[in-house]
Amino acid sequence: MWNTIVNSTPEIFWAGIKFTIPLTLISFAIGFVIAVVTALVRTSTPKGNPVVAGLWGLLKLFLSFYVWLFRSTPLLVQLFIVFFGLPNIGIQFDAFSAGIITFSLNTGAYCSETVRGAISSIPDSQWEAAYSIGMTYRQVLFRIVFPQALRVALPPLSNSFIGLVKDTSLASSITILEMFMVSQQIAAKNYEPLLMYSIVAVVYAVFCTVLSVAQHYLERYMSRYVQVTGE
Amino acid sequence: MIKLEHVDKQFADHHALNDINVEFPEHETTVILGPSGAGKSTLLRSLNLLERPQSGIYQINDEKVDFSQELSTSQILRVRRKTGMVFQSWNLFPHLTILQNITEGPIHVLKQSKQEAEANATKLLQQVGLDGTQHRYPSQLSGGQQQRISICRALAMDPEYILFDEPTSALDPELEAQVLHVLLTLAQSKQSMIVVTHNMEFARRVATKIIFVEDGKVEFDGTPSEFFDHPTDRIHAFLNGMQF
Ligand SMILES: Nc1ncnc2c1ncn2[C@@H]1O[C@H](COP(=O)(O)OP(=O)(O)OP(=O)(O)O)[C@@H](O)[C@H]1O
Ligand SMILES: [Mg+2]
Repeated sequence: MWNTIVNSTPEIFWAGIKFTIPLTLISFAIGFVIAVVTALVRTSTPKGNPVVAGLWGLLKLFLSFYVWLFRSTPLLVQLFIVFFGLPNIGIQFDAFSAGIITFSLNTGAYCSETVRGAISSIPDSQWEAAYSIGMTYRQVLFRIVFPQALRVALPPLSNSFIGLVKDTSLASSITILEMFMVSQQIAAKNYEPLLMYSIVAVVYAVFCTVLSVAQHYLERYMSRYVQVTGE
Repeated sequence: MIKLEHVDKQFADHHALNDINVEFPEHETTVILGPSGAGKSTLLRSLNLLERPQSGIYQINDEKVDFSQELSTSQILRVRRKTGMVFQSWNLFPHLTILQNITEGPIHVLKQSKQEAEANATKLLQQVGLDGTQHRYPSQLSGGQQQRISICRALAMDPEYILFDEPTSALDPELEAQVLHVLLTLAQSKQSMIVVTHNMEFARRVATKIIFVEDGKVEFDGTPSEFFDHPTDRIHAFLNGMQF
């Protein structure tokens, strides 16, 4: 048994480095950008020009539909549609791209609600104070609102991030050779499914624990200006 | 010189500013008085364009704003450059240190160098008696200290006018005195100021001009001695209402 562990763990771990971690990092990065853009569009209303306002309204409607769609269907089904379904209408992706697209859109939909909540939790008085010293909309957003909103959003965003690490195991079903797929393949050869799936579970747990620890320190850093106890 | 002509602001269900015609002289301290809900904050915030009246003309030195027209972003920014604002609840940026709170505008709006902005910020902190707090966060200071910092933040932009909206209403009397002392010093240095306050002693001692607002209208526009020593019946009632 010891031999089996020593032989297969590096292989599973390597699959994690090659596929699980890149899938997670790239998807989360893209998903986060989608989330911020979606949240910003959905919380703002341009004034003036009625044509612009109309188009903006349509865009908002489309984004609400997108968020609804990805939050109300299973991730596994989304993966199947993108990888196995879309080729039927002539849209073909390799497995890795299909994974990135689906995970990004899914993460984007969930995180956009988080980001939206965090941005609207920053009081109007912060916007006003920043405007009163002559800042532009973008400056207020990037220098005053985002840094404060990020602190609020960090715990739920970390949840989504850690969730995504584990959800990438679903990519095995669209032929991506990530950790879970590799452990399945080894189990099929050595008839040790309990051992193999336990090993992969431990590797997921190690990745997630590292992230939780990082989250803890990040939270502490971002809350450095918050007074916990009274003076 | 700030000059308002026929300025009108209508909220959904309230006529907050009703044909305002008034001047705020340079290098003087104009105090705006009036009962709660009179429209004092709306008037003051209009000068900083945080509130947008529907009509009227607003002239601030060489800049003319026609409220009935769409304002361009650059015009809004120009007006805000000329007007600093101090809020009732100070609204410092909690995630920035005291020094960063003061240098944020100079560095990113005025494009000053960091050294220049920080040297100036330190000078301002000395003026309000808070040198040494540079690297603390707002949440580590008392309300009175935070309000003095927010005055530094406004001053650092070197605005032509500073607008104060009840700067001491959220403070205990002792802390209020510290802030009023800073305002008094500013007034003596001929900084152009417009102050909304409920502190009658401040109005009497520091104001060079009083504006009394009620129901969105300017009901009095004159000197403190006229206001306090020869009040109309309405002003008399208002002043009596301020005492118990
Ligand atoms: N955003 C808003 N929407 C609707 N009505 C508003 C809004 N802001 C202010 N008002 C109304 O306009 C009137 C004037 O408000 P304003 O805040 O200017 O009064 P104020 O003189 O500053 O009062 P206070 O001394 O209580 O601060 C009030 O009746 C208020 O209810
Ligand atoms: Mg007010």
